[in-house]
This record gives sequence, structure tokens and C-alpha cells, in this order.
Amino acid sequence: MGFPTKNKGAILSRIATNDQHGENSEYFDGWKAYDKDPFHLSRNPHGIIQMGLAENQLCLDLIKDWVKENPKASICTLEGVHQFSDIANFQDYHGLKKFRQAIANFMGKARGGRVTFDPERVVMSGGATGANETIMFCLADPGDVFLIPSPYYAAFDRDLRWRTGVEIIPVPCSSSNNFKLTVEAVDWAYKKAQESNKKVKGLILTNPSNPLGTMLDKDTLTNLVRFVTRKNIHLVVDEIYAATVFAGGDFVSVAEVVNDVDISEVNVDLIHIVYSLSKDMGLPGFRVGIVYSYNDSVVSCARKMSSFGLVSSQTQLMLASMLSDDRFVDNFLMESSRRLGIRHKVFTTGLEKADISCLTSNAGLFAWMDLRHLLRDRNSFESEIELWHIIIDKVKLNVSPGSSFRCTEPGWFRVCFANMDDDTLHVALGRIQDFVSKNNNKIVEQISENDQVIQNNNAKKQNWRQSNLRLSFRRLYEDGLSSPGIMSPHSPLLRA
Amino acid sequence: MGLLSKKATCNTHGQDSSYFLGWEEYEKNPYDEIKNPDGIIQMGLAENQLSFDLIESWLAKNPDAANFKREGQSIFRELALFQDYHGLPSFKNAMADFMSENRGNRVSFNPDKLVLTAGATSANETLMFCLADRGDAFLLPTPYYPGFDRDLKWRTGAEIVPIQCTSANGFRITKSALEEAYEQAQKLNLKVKGVLITNPSNPLGTTTTRTELNHLLDFISRKKIHLISDEIYSGTVFTSPGFISVMEVLKDRKLENTDVFDRVHIVYSLSKDLGLPGFRVGVIYSNDDFVVSAATKMSSFGLISSQTQYLLSTLLSDKNFTKNYLEENQIRLKNRHKKLVSGLEAAGIECLKSNAGLFCWVDMRHLLKSNTFEAEIELWKKIVYEVKLNISPGSSCHCNEPGWFRVCFANMSEETLKVALDRLKGFVDGPSSTRRSQIEHQRLKNLRKMKVSNWVFRLSFHDREPEER
Repeated sequence: MGFPTKNKGAILSRIATNDQHGENSEYFDGWKAYDKDPFHLSRNPHGIIQMGLAENQLCLDLIKDWVKENPKASICTLEGVHQFSDIANFQDYHGLKKFRQAIANFMGKARGGRVTFDPERVVMSGGATGANETIMFCLADPGDVFLIPSPYYAAFDRDLRWRTGVEIIPVPCSSSNNFKLTVEAVDWAYKKAQESNKKVKGLILTNPSNPLGTMLDKDTLTNLVRFVTRKNIHLVVDEIYAATVFAGGDFVSVAEVVNDVDISEVNVDLIHIVYSLSKDMGLPGFRVGIVYSYNDSVVSCARKMSSFGLVSSQTQLMLASMLSDDRFVDNFLMESSRRLGIRHKVFTTGLEKADISCLTSNAGLFAWMDLRHLLRDRNSFESEIELWHIIIDKVKLNVSPGSSFRCTEPGWFRVCFANMDDDTLHVALGRIQDFVSKNNNKIVEQISENDQVIQNNNAKKQNWRQSNLRLSFRRLYEDGLSSPGIMSPHSPLLRA
Repeated sequence: MGLLSKKATCNTHGQDSSYFLGWEEYEKNPYDEIKNPDGIIQMGLAENQLSFDLIESWLAKNPDAANFKREGQSIFRELALFQDYHGLPSFKNAMADFMSENRGNRVSFNPDKLVLTAGATSANETLMFCLADRGDAFLLPTPYYPGFDRDLKWRTGAEIVPIQCTSANGFRITKSALEEAYEQAQKLNLKVKGVLITNPSNPLGTTTTRTELNHLLDFISRKKIHLISDEIYSGTVFTSPGFISVMEVLKDRKLENTDVFDRVHIVYSLSKDLGLPGFRVGVIYSNDDFVVSAATKMSSFGLISSQTQYLLSTLLSDKNFTKNYLEENQIRLKNRHKKLVSGLEAAGIECLKSNAGLFCWVDMRHLLKSNTFEAEIELWKKIVYEVKLNISPGSSCHCNEPGWFRVCFANMSEETLKVALDRLKGFVDGPSSTRRSQIEHQRLKNLRKMKVSNWVFRLSFHDREPEER
């Protein structure tokens, strides 16, 4: 018949056959290595420790206890099975009323009670993944543009663009001002996009930020709200990490700004929030995503689209009950914040001992680690990837290289600290410290070798250490450590 | 520039269609045996509420499933964190087996070719995204499930071109209808990427015959296009002829190593067979690894809650339960179907002969004022507002002949069904007949049988403006 069997390009859609799902990226090399050799405290103590997964495992015990003590919240227990048929039958895309109320209640409490949310605006989705895609479908047509500050969560490339056809343009943030997002930077990116005849539909932020762990201050957020209002473009704020704020942090939700700003300065039809329980509560398996919009048409549209990713009614019921339990919620939020704060402190202190500093942050499940001083070449992403492979293969930690987040400066890495127990964290820190000190001792005689000018006495020790580390890494590079996975200069990751 | 996307402002979601308007009326005035006996009875919802007790008693005997435990050990944490889009292996294995069982084990399914999605709604949309570009078309036999307009077209930009089926041959898919649909698509400059059938059919309630399946396979083979078989009602087949899945036909014709094998995909769900629409359990099964791979990635946008995956993996792994459930469920559906059919007969109304589904395809052509869709909608509105039954007009299912209605029978108690049938009979026979005795009623019915339509129109339309059409 002359029909080629495997000519997928002709038979399947363009979406199915392009690369926009992003899964062929090198970002996954660390994961693959981890999958082949996963760490286990007793069974595989020399395996690779997963620090690339932004999960919150610190408070699952609290939730588990609540579930045990509240059998009525389950449709399967003796106490709860009388609800089974009603719940199993319930597929109304408005969602259980009690569920929406509980979510609105939880969202308000996670923001310190400084703002309240309307259950009628709570729309379900298949996790934040589904929520982000849905909001794009509601706000933008194929070819339209959304601006997004970089570095940003790598999977946004898939979630915002893949099936929607929307284009995203980064607003690069740099270490020169601690990666703070400014209105000027957004304005500049906006103008540039317009000059290329692109139709900018909006700006999407993650606040608190992934991968930075930092939060926008109230002034900046307020000015951004004013900016989008002036330009008549949308503002989507992904607040998935809202309740991961710890000591010293003061999270300002865009909901607060909407409340506080003068009505003439904000067009609420442009303001939308994406939320989820995957990070704040550590329940990614339950697929609870929320689209919350101040725009009635968007609420209506998103709700219809939620048919494609409703939350299981079994899960809605359980969470409706759990999140209406004020005593549980108050305690959970407080305890979660406390545990995250401790974990963050232990981790960053441990890194300091190895002369590794992180961007100052008070939120998130990760730290934004500065390893620029360890790069063979500070200006090369190739170096970053080489360093990354050393960390995976020699230090045996899976961390995420900044380039996978479209960071414009090489040398930054996101390291997750809340997805493991205390013992594992100590092992990880130990490995980092060992590795750093081992390499210092080895090359103490080679101090005279090819390094840069030492500026002053205060910096002398610091620079000495750093330069030696760089030397040690250089030797590792020269030892032909390059694994087959090493990125070529033509890698898509270098596009940014 | 429009503030929102075109998708947000168009009405391709289909929710302005009559299919949904009846629902809205129902919401405003829902029937309740005690609290609202004059309310609207919902007969537009293809739900299976007949067999929950079987599941509930299973739960009573299996506390581990309830308590996030496996062999007594808590797996709460594991489930809370489990978001792997490959799905819970024990659940996929159980689903593959269950699908096999539903087909009398005449075919087997490989769990690795299963993709889990949030309901069949998501499965169908995802397959469209995988197989069709914007502007490409899929051919669907009419009448078809109204939700397809949203699920297949809305966000994907795909088009649907109908394969016209008529009552002349019991709405069977013919070779010529397939060819005509294909030509129609070409005339509209649409590239046809495949055919989608629902087997057993919604809204017809019939299983697709082997002849039709053979025509379909020949057709897609010739045209080098896909076939999606939405088999969401496969477990609701309650009488002969039995259910034949397209997978069986492929096997019987030894087509497993041919091109066409890779282009056949199945959609399944637990929403109808097990009556669990709230749990959002959908499945795509494809023989093409590439499709499995692409669909798996897309399932990120609508994964099944791990809590639900776990519960169902334990439920469906219990072979005693599944065997008993499938048998008992079918018996109950058969009985219920019989009650509806005979109740309708008593009102002088016939249905398409059917052997599956949760509904009947009811012939009310003789009650139409004229052979038009306007008359159909008029009749429908009467039935919704005056007879107080929400049923689905054939036009909402894209039927090309006016006068057909889909009436559901498995989403209510037996008592409610009786009330509904009494009301319908009362409507057909005359407005005051609900107060007549049964004998008198029967006598008058025999007399009036020939003049029913005239009388109905005289009495019902006396207060309406004359039709201008």
C-alpha cells in the first residue's frame, strides 16, 4: 500500500510530535541518575540523594493523624460510608460547596487572615498544572504572549505553552539586585515584545518564587498591579507556596493588594490567582488545583473547563472536612512554618560551613544556592552543566541547575530540603562538606598555580578557598569526568 | 484587543444548548418524593445509581482500603506524595483486568498501554490533542453524546463532521454514510484524522454490530485514519446481542501486526459501569506507543487522585467482587430497562430496540405537531415544563430526524420511575387523566389511540400563539 508504518508526523498531531512538553531536556538527567541509584538510609546509603524535588514532606504526620481521628471524612469507613453513593455520584463542576468553602477558608488563613476569599470564585482544576494551563486557555489565544520573570519553574514551558499555543517571554532577573523583580524590568520586556509586534496578554508570577524562595514586597506587587491595569493586561499570580513562608517572612498575596489599593488603580477583571495544596500541605497526589479569579467571565469559563480536571469527589469530601477544622488548620499552618524554618536554617548553616552561600529567602521548599565560585568559567553554562554532573556523580546529590529555570547567569542551583527526613539531610550536608574539604586539603600545595589576583586580606582566605575549589573542579574536568550526558554548546538549555 | 481568549468568549463549550437548559430547569425545581413531589424528574442524566449497595458492602468488608492501609501498614504518606503520571501500577493492572473481564476475557489489555485521565471527558480531549491539529476533523455517527462538542472541539480547535444515521435502518452506520461524511469534510476543506464511535452507543443504547465494526476498520484502513472507540458503556450491556469491542474484531481478523492496529484507540471510564462519575476515572488505551507516551505526558493536566486510584485498585483486584458486580448490575439494568420500555408502551410510545446503556432512545415522532426540529423543541419544552420530566431532545444529540428523545432510567429509584411514567402517560392521554382510574384510562386510550396526536395539540396548544412556520 506504500504507507510507511512509523510515519508519526503525518498521523499524529503537531502537539503530540513536538518537543514542547520539555521532557527531553537535560533537566531530567539528574532524575534518571537518581532513579538508577536512589539513596536509602539503610538499604542504599551511597545512593544519590534527591534534592531536585520540591515536595513538602515535613507535616504529613499531622494530616495522617487527622485522617485517622476523623473517619467520617472518608466515604469508605463504617462511619462515613453512608455518604458513599452521593459522593461517588457527584460530578458537578461547581464542586462540593463545603469543599469550596473549606478551600476559601484555608486560603485566607494561609495569608494570616489578612484577606478573605469568596467560595463562589473557587474553581477546581487538575492540580496547579491544570490550573495554569486552564488560565492560559481562558486569557490567551495561540500566539499571544505572557511575560514571566526568570528564573522560573521549568515545567511552565509545558504547562503554559504546550497545548495552548501561548508564547512566554522571560523578564530576566539577576543577582545584581538579588533577583528582585522590578516594574521597570517588566515594562522593558513589555515594550520589547510590542516592538516585535507581539500581543502581550499578561504577566505571570510565582509568589513566593520557585526557584528563588523569595517573596515580592508589597510596594512592588502594588506597582505591578497598577502597571497591568494601565496596560490593560492580565496578572496571574501562582501562590502555590503561600503557606511555605517561615520565620521573618511576611507574605503579601495579590488578594491583599486588590483589597488595599484604590479602586481607580486596579481593574480587578485582570487579576487571577492560581493555588494548590501540593506544596503547602504536601499532598501532590490528591491533585487539588484551584483557579481563583476576580473576573466573573473567567470564573465561568474556567469552571466549564474544569470538567477536564475535576478533583475526585472522594478527595473533595475529605479535604472539605479537614480544612473546615479550624483547630487543625491553625495548628498545621503554625507547625508547618516552624518545621520549614528549622529545616531551612539547618540546611543553609550547613552550607555556610562549606563556604557556600544561598540567596536570602524566607519561603519555599528549597534554597537558591550560589556555586558561581566553583565554575570553571563563570560565564559559561557549559561549566554549570559540568559542575552539575560532578555534583550528581561525585557528591551524589540530585540538584537542579539554574539553566533549567532559564536563569541568565550560570552557577546557581536550586536545592530542595523539605522532601527528606532529618537524617538524610545530614547525610547530604555531610557529603557536601566532605567533598569541599577533601578537595581543599588535596590541593593546598598547588596554591601558587594559575589563579586570579587576591584583592585584599579580608577576602584573601575566602578567595583562596574558592580558587582552590575551582582548581579542584578544574582537575576533575580534566580527568575527563564528562559523562555522555554533558551538554553541547548547541543545547536548547543555552537558548536563554 | 479582546480581554479574554476566543475560547472564553465563544460558545463551543456547548453549554447554551438545549441539553443543558433542561438541566437548569431541573436545578430550579428538582423532584423529591417527599419534599417536592411536583418537581421536575431528572431523566436527562445518564447515571448508574442501581448498584452502589454492592460497593458499599464490599467497603464494609475491606477496611484497609478505607484507611489508607496495605496489608495493615499505613501507606498514607506514599499516596499523598504519589503524582507519577504513569499511575499506580496496581491500579492499572486492576483496570486492565477489569476491561478484559468486561469483554468476556476475549481480549486482554496491557497495563503499559493504559493512560489514566480525569474522566472520559479528559481522555477524549487528550486523544484529540494527540491525533488532530487545529482545524482537522473527526467523523462521528449521529446521534451522539452532546458533550462531545465540548470535549473534542472546544480547546483543541478540532472539528466534528457527522456520519448521518437514520431510523430507516435502526441508526446503523453504513458504508455509504461513512463515505458521504468523508466527502462532506473534504467539501468543507477539512482534513479528516479519524472516526470516533461510542460503543455501546450513547444515546441509542445499542451495541455496535460486527458488520459495522468491519466497515469501520476497512474504512479507516483505506483512508489511513484513526478510530477511537469510546467504550464507556461496555459494562452496561444487559442482554443479547452481546458486546463486541473493536479490539476483538482486530484480533479475530488477525490485524495485530498491521498499520491499522496502531490507529485504533479505546476510551474507557468507571463513571457508567460502576456509577462512580465523581471519582474522575478515565482511561485511554492505545496500541501505539507513541500515542501512549504523548497522552501520558498530557495526563499531567488531569491525573486521578492517588487516594482514589488506591481505593479502586483494591476494589477491582477483588475478582469475586468484579464478577458478582458485573452480573448483578446487568440484571438490575435489564429489569429497569424493561420497566421503562413497558411503561412507555402503555403510553403508546415506542423505543429503539436496545441492549445496553442507561437510557432508551424514544420515538415520539407521532407526538410532533410537524416533522420539524422546532416542533421537537416545542414538545420537549412541554415535557420539561408541564409534564415535569427532563429528557434530552434528539436535536441536542445532533440527530437528523426530529422526534427522538433520550430518556434515562438508571439514575432514580423505581418509585420515581413509576411516577415519571405515570406523568408521561397522563400527558399523552390528556391533562386530567392522572385522576382517572386505570380501567377507564385504558378504555379511553384504546379509543383514542388513533387520535392522540390531534387531541394533544388541541388541548396543549390552545393557549399558544399560532405557529408562523
